[in-house]
Amino acid sequence: MTGNFFYFLTFLTLFAAIGVVASKNPVYSVLFMILTFFALTGHYILLNAQFLAAVNFIVYMGAIMVLFLFVIMFLNMREDTEQHKPLLSKIAAAIAGGILFVVMIAALKDVDTQMKATAVFDSQIGMVENLGKVLFRDYLLPFELASVLFLAAMAGAVMLGKREPGEQNRF
Amino acid sequence: MELSLLLIKGLIIFAVFGITLLIATYSTYAERKVAAFIQDRVGPNRAGPFGLAQPLADAVKLFFKEEFVPANANKFLFIAGPSLAMLTACMSSAVIPFGGTLIIGGEAIHLQAIEVNIGILYVFGIVALGVYGIMIGGWASNNKFSLLGAIRAASQNISYELAMGMSIIALLLVTGTLSMRDIAAQQGQELFGVSGLNWNIFYQPVGFLIFIICAFAETNRVPFDLPECETELVGGYHTEYSSMGMGLYLFAEYVNIFVASAVMATLYFGGYNFPFMNQLGLPHNLVTILGTVVLFAKIFFFIFFFMWVRWTLPRFRYDQLMNLGWKILIPLSIANVIITGGAILLKAELF
Repeated sequence: MTGNFFYFLTFLTLFAAIGVVASKNPVYSVLFMILTFFALTGHYILLNAQFLAAVNFIVYMGAIMVLFLFVIMFLNMREDTEQHKPLLSKIAAAIAGGILFVVMIAALKDVDTQMKATAVFDSQIGMVENLGKVLFRDYLLPFELASVLFLAAMAGAVMLGKREPGEQNRF
Repeated sequence: MELSLLLIKGLIIFAVFGITLLIATYSTYAERKVAAFIQDRVGPNRAGPFGLAQPLADAVKLFFKEEFVPANANKFLFIAGPSLAMLTACMSSAVIPFGGTLIIGGEAIHLQAIEVNIGILYVFGIVALGVYGIMIGGWASNNKFSLLGAIRAASQNISYELAMGMSIIALLLVTGTLSMRDIAAQQGQELFGVSGLNWNIFYQPVGFLIFIICAFAETNRVPFDLPECETELVGGYHTEYSSMGMGLYLFAEYVNIFVASAVMATLYFGGYNFPFMNQLGLPHNLVTILGTVVLFAKIFFFIFFFMWVRWTLPRFRYDQLMNLGWKILIPLSIANVIITGGAILLKAELF
């Protein structure tokens, strides 16, 4: 049952991820990306990481992808208005993607695929309480540094979006 | 044993789904009756006694109208939009506890469809998903007014989700759990010797105020119904919709109102608990059934409140809406979180 579910979700993830790249219409790309995140949420639930699943659902599917869709709709991009990219940038993109693929393989080839010993493995590690304890006890400094980084990014976004004194409304 | 448990769960899920749809159906009738009462009119009274068959008549009318798809619309997404709106609206009532436990044959049955230990986050996630129905439908219509309505819906939902999340964080500091069942059960404890009165509204009045304002914005109700503001946008995101496409959008709004009312009643107004519930000396099952009745009374009050506001207040201007969300509600909710945290620390130090 769980195994079948895993294969279904994996198929859905890969199908939607290919759809993101292959779709001509940018709105379809975004919708496929939402489907990818949805399938990934299913994977997190299979891994018993409920909190991570909920956060992935709320933050990525519910907020970030709404913003993506928002921007694409605002620009009203459609298939017929899409410009054809020059050959050079296509080649550059292919090389960059290939290098990323090599890096991923290099990183993943040494992964330990041994099953965890079920007797000593804590299956409740993904629950909210346990995750909170780990974050605030063992990894407090990295966690706080990450929040400072977010705050800096947010302040930067506000700075960029702010209207300078004397600047006219551009739209 | 296993099968009977599955059967009972299935029955409860079916009942919750049916009740959600039934209440949403009669909300449309109630809305028109409340509007008529407030504007000193009679309201629908032709179909059936007191016009009670009016929702059925409306549904029949919508089904038999022509389902029209504009020529340059994206056909698939045009149909997917209202379907998605309805789907997400119906999903969120699954984790709401509609009562305590019924003890039948020594077996305790929880009157709740699904218990997950991240119940609030589940509701929050589904609500966040709800905006896609509006956005996709508005974009697929290939109409400028629809698109403007969709974009308004998206920006409004994102702005008010932040403040809503912050107000929930303050509530979680008080309750210490994310499970809807535990939050409802905690509110059944004693307060000043009265059982069933330990409601969160007494600890989080400001949080509740922020939450209810955000709930109005998330359900696109007046005074925050700018995505379908007819004075500016013809019909907003559903300008191009006819027949059941529009019916599903309107119906999803009422389902959302029901869910928002149920969540507010459960999180802040004691859920299925009522004062003196353990001091009356009634049998356990009777208290549970009374509790369910009380919960529905609370939910109906909130639904009425939604309608009351709609027929009383005018609509916000768009910049006022954004100012309220970003410059008033979000700082207020952050201050609420900090003050709540400080109060909890102070209580732990002193008492």
